[in-house]
Amino acid sequence: MANEQQTSQGVQTTGHVWDGDLQEFNNPLPVWWTYGFYATIVFALVYWFYYPSWPVGSGFLKGMGSETYVNAQGEEESWHWNTRAKLLRETQEAAAQQKPWFDKIASLPYEQVTKDAELSSFVQSAGRALFSDNCAGCHQTGGAGKIGHYPNLADDNWIYGGSFDKIHETIAQGRHGYMPPYAEALDAAQVDALAHYVLSLGGEQADAAKAAQGKDLFHSHAAACYYCHGNDAKGRMDIGSANLTDKVWLWADVPGAADTAGKVAAVRKVIAGGLDSGVMPAWEGRLSEEQIRVLTLYVHELGGGK
Amino acid sequence: MFKFKHESLETNTGLLLVGTMLAISIGGLVEIAPLFLIDDTMEKVDGVRPYTPLEQRGRDIYIREGCYTCHSQMIRPFRDEQLRYGHYSLAAESKYDHPFQWGSKRTGPDLARVGGKYSNEWHVQHLIQPKSVVPESVMPNYPWLIETPLDYSDVGARMRALRTVGVPYSTTQAEYDQNVKEFGAEVAVQLHIPDAQRNLVKQAQEGNFDGDRSSISEMDALVAYLQVLGTMVDFSKVAPEDLVKFR
Repeated sequence: MANEQQTSQGVQTTGHVWDGDLQEFNNPLPVWWTYGFYATIVFALVYWFYYPSWPVGSGFLKGMGSETYVNAQGEEESWHWNTRAKLLRETQEAAAQQKPWFDKIASLPYEQVTKDAELSSFVQSAGRALFSDNCAGCHQTGGAGKIGHYPNLADDNWIYGGSFDKIHETIAQGRHGYMPPYAEALDAAQVDALAHYVLSLGGEQADAAKAAQGKDLFHSHAAACYYCHGNDAKGRMDIGSANLTDKVWLWADVPGAADTAGKVAAVRKVIAGGLDSGVMPAWEGRLSEEQIRVLTLYVHELGGGK
Repeated sequence: MFKFKHESLETNTGLLLVGTMLAISIGGLVEIAPLFLIDDTMEKVDGVRPYTPLEQRGRDIYIREGCYTCHSQMIRPFRDEQLRYGHYSLAAESKYDHPFQWGSKRTGPDLARVGGKYSNEWHVQHLIQPKSVVPESVMPNYPWLIETPLDYSDVGARMRALRTVGVPYSTTQAEYDQNVKEFGAEVAVQLHIPDAQRNLVKQAQEGNFDGDRSSISEMDALVAYLQVLGTMVDFSKVAPEDLVKFR
């Protein structure tokens, strides 16, 4: 720093010299940069006054900014500016904006909401966002489901019922599908016969002799399939047992099998292994009642509902 | 009197090193140290507990597989995040996390409240082949988790290691009694290191996380961990304005 010198070009140097002639020039910074730097200092001072800033002992300077929101007692309350207070205010403001819509959806019966064009379009846009965030992970975009795992919501087939109330119940409380495994109660030939019978019920090609044997088993005490699936094999919506007489397959990947042998194997796997994985989580608590109602309407519309 | 010369700093490596470290530490001192002194850093909420042995092993696998490189566990207090992921994360919720998994890199979604959002079956299917349930996913497959038996022989030692950094796992009867007071009897049992292996096996078989009760796989542990994330605090019992006051 000492003995500052001028170079031959008239530029100031720091006085450092290496290798005899390597100098460090000391050009002044551009004016705009210098003032820009001063401006950041002024900005910092304003920032310190407005926002929470310096720690002091076991507390900190709270700043002059504040946020006002409504507390649990319904009173207005202010607190020094912070992201949580800001979020609470913004959440309450947004809720107030959406309130007229949600209030109508909460107070009107479902059937009337679907008849109101304006409300329906609100349900479509709000429902699509909710469905994508929360439901599409399993039921897939558009509600197409996945054979072997998750039911299709876009068809006219409902496992637990397709009425508004039943859909609401399914979303709010979740579901747990269960079928006991028959690998030990029945022998391989019996499981095979049942598989042929189930395929014949669904209009698939099956061995007639085996299907007839399977039909007897279906209604027998040994297998007692009728107990859950009903005497007509049409299933029971109150317990979510499948309707075996339609062409809709959820657990056994019959449509994905190449030939009859593959289809039989797919059904056999379900009968032998049973099911304990048809779990839908309960959304009560995670979603609000209004959100569940919107989703109920949205899902109902996906498949046309009942 | 000593006169400071820049040259003496630049020509003395040792002095430069000490000076550099001093300058760098200012940032840390200003930003981190006050958090230990300020009263309102940690929210007072019920329900947060240390992980059970099985969940803790799941967390180890989460870290081993590098899940944190794509997934954060920190829902920030913004409206868009709250709408997609749920209530913003509290400091108290990761007080037993060593190291914490907050992160700031999201290639995949935030996982701070993924617990209970999907079924166990979904998690198993998704971890084996994510594209089979989320076609647009870029997450790699983790098929070995379900094939690899969980090595839980050292779970007690792992818990003892966490104990040295302040997680209240118990080794003595007195500590156990203290945990009963703090967390209730049911949780305290899970935090007792001498019973760690037995507790792990019991939770894995009762929970049936990977859909196969006959053996305990790494999938069991990881799914048990994922299913507990963000579920410990019951936010219906917390007034939002109370949390505002902890900032």
